[in-house]
Amino acid sequence: MSTHSLHAAPGPQGSARGHGSRRGYRIGAVLSIILTVVPFWLVMSGALPDPAVTAAIIFALALVQIVVHVVSFLHLDTQSEGGWTLLAFLFTAVIVVLTIGGSVWVMYHLNANMMPMPDSATSTMR
Amino acid sequence: MTETTLKTIFGRLGWESFPIHEPILFGTFIVVALLGVAIVGAVTWFRLWGYLWKEWFTSVDHKKIGIMYIILGIIMLLRGFADALMMRAQQAIAFGANEGYLPAHHYDQIFTAHGTIMIFFVAIPLVVGLINFVMPLQIGARDVAFPFLNNLSFWLTAAGAVLTMTSLFIGEFARTGWLSYAPLAELSYSPDTGVDYYLWSLQIAGVGTTLSAINMVATIIKMRAPGMTMMKLPVFCWTALCSNVLAIAIFPALTAAFFLLMLDRYVGTNFFTNELGGAPMMYWNMVWIWGHPEVYVLVLPAFGIYSEITSTFTGKRLFGYTSMVYATVVITILSYLVWLHHFFTMGAGPAVNSFFGIATMVISIPTGAKIFNWLFTMYRGDIRFELPMQWVVAFMLTFVVGGMTGVLLAIPPADFVLHNSLFLVAHFHNVIIGGVVFGLFAGIVYWFPKAFGFKLDPFWGKVAFWGWVVGYWVAWTPIYVVGLMGTARRIRHFDDPSFQPYFVIAAIGALIILVGILGFVMSIVMGFVKREELRDTTGDPWDGRTLEWSTSSPPPAYNFAFLPVVHDLDAWYDMKARGYERPEGDFRPIHMPKNTGTGVILAGLSLALGFGMVWYMWWLAALSFIGLLAVAIGHTFNLKRDTFIPAAEVAATERARQPLIVGA
Repeated sequence: MSTHSLHAAPGPQGSARGHGSRRGYRIGAVLSIILTVVPFWLVMSGALPDPAVTAAIIFALALVQIVVHVVSFLHLDTQSEGGWTLLAFLFTAVIVVLTIGGSVWVMYHLNANMMPMPDSATSTMR
Repeated sequence: MTETTLKTIFGRLGWESFPIHEPILFGTFIVVALLGVAIVGAVTWFRLWGYLWKEWFTSVDHKKIGIMYIILGIIMLLRGFADALMMRAQQAIAFGANEGYLPAHHYDQIFTAHGTIMIFFVAIPLVVGLINFVMPLQIGARDVAFPFLNNLSFWLTAAGAVLTMTSLFIGEFARTGWLSYAPLAELSYSPDTGVDYYLWSLQIAGVGTTLSAINMVATIIKMRAPGMTMMKLPVFCWTALCSNVLAIAIFPALTAAFFLLMLDRYVGTNFFTNELGGAPMMYWNMVWIWGHPEVYVLVLPAFGIYSEITSTFTGKRLFGYTSMVYATVVITILSYLVWLHHFFTMGAGPAVNSFFGIATMVISIPTGAKIFNWLFTMYRGDIRFELPMQWVVAFMLTFVVGGMTGVLLAIPPADFVLHNSLFLVAHFHNVIIGGVVFGLFAGIVYWFPKAFGFKLDPFWGKVAFWGWVVGYWVAWTPIYVVGLMGTARRIRHFDDPSFQPYFVIAAIGALIILVGILGFVMSIVMGFVKREELRDTTGDPWDGRTLEWSTSSPPPAYNFAFLPVVHDLDAWYDMKARGYERPEGDFRPIHMPKNTGTGVILAGLSLALGFGMVWYMWWLAALSFIGLLAVAIGHTFNLKRDTFIPAAEVAATERARQPLIVGA
């Protein structure tokens, strides 16, 4: 919306923040590359004997990478839009975790409790 | 023409799709057609098309869009209530040898349509309409953040409603219950057009609701009057904010569930079928991730309405404003943690059921806190028992019972007994009628003079009030009783004649509610007839406390000639107490958005897309989809979106309204 006079700027939240600095992007790019190379190396070299540990580390690094992207490329910080951006991000994260985590939990329970169907793929999941 | 050509043009639409052989539907069709012709004729005769198009249909004014939403909600309420009366009549007579007057095929469509319409096309439009009208005025803004989007949202909702209504006369509606559970809603069990009508109507309306929710959240966060910090935000706006945040979070889940079901029905995937590893319960899961929070999307704004009214009519600041805000926020989060209580009997283990059961019970704590806040606001207040306040008291007495039966149902072992029974149906009607509907009526009575400049007729308003309150109790108490005795829901015919008296009483209750509905319509009609003596000349007919009462009734297009500056909660009360005087000169041009017909066109194309997809008229669906994209992209090049109301015009409007405004 370009119609500024429609917007009664409510004080502190008005000004949009800039789009980050060159330095921020560089740090983000370097961190992202490191966080991508390490999982590749873990898989290619087979440095860890247990694949489960490797998978866990890859997941952990992926989560860290999400944070890196959000902070250095999407410029999420505590100040922008008076904190609303951060609040909205956290709320979304909570909702997504609840939706996916809750659904997985619920459906897993259901699957574990149901009788196996004789002719369906679900019977092999027990 | 050959069979194939006909099929290409009309898809599966044929002569047999029109219900000429069903006397009830045919009769309804004739009545509706005559009414439609009469209305179109009248509008043409009085040359109103231009006026309606310019002043209403294409309007981006949040007040007019709000009013159109409410009109849509009231029209659909009449349809949904007609369904309710038909069900009550059927259940009251269909005992033993008597099969009643509705064949099962028709009865199943009626209970599905009733639920779908009442939630999606009555409750949502009325709630969104009130928020649309009131919220920008309460925060001292001139319009919402995205005025065009607002118009588009309304028309998409209307398009969904039209598509649902179309199913009455062309083809049929779903026979699967109001959430169209899989696998019953799959193609193998419901091969006709019913579920497709259902899915397309709700997808189109759902886009509208989601866009509207985004719009309202942006408006509340970005466009509050100077000085209005979040903790000086009127409670109604807080509840509107939480309700819309919740709507943004949940509607994607519903859209995704419907989309997967559409893929199952159109493309032959097996997401929710019984074959090939499909998981029907996943559909229930996703639909209720939307469904339970949706209840709070509807009831939170109603809580806001009760708060505003209680505070105004007791002449006191709301007791525990801060706790009210926190209670609202806590309910927002908690409502997202309880969806499984809708299918406790699915077969999950005790850990899952206990978690969701306890989470459900916990919601009653913040809700109870709200009830006490309203009671303490009334305590030693100077209560004026005018109509809005009567609705509040009736709400508290009715809703608390519904809340308690809700806590009862939250106990998984109790739910195993009562699941799918009429007890459950009575419970949710208790909270939705007692909570949402009473709140909407209270809000409509309360804000009507702001919207139109005159109050509703008080006598007929009281008829509406007593009809609804007494009718509710007479209609639903017997349903609670038979439900507790084990009667299942959605039953067309009963064998045990000992239940008949209960259903007869329930039917009488429905007739009393009919008196309430007619009383409500009459209160608008008689209010209009007697508008001169009911005129609100002050802009502040109830001695209000929030900013919407500081402007004239009805407000000018720009709402406020000067944006108010807020120093306190209950900003208008504070301004009155400090002897506020309205500025009489030095008006400036006001920047406002321009009307546009794009919303109507986009919604019309969506309607054509939905209709084409329902009937397998692929050419129509493809054309309207391309049209949708073209018009939507084309609209982005429309740069003439705004206009200035010249200072002279503002001055003239303000002078004309001067006698209408307090503090003049």
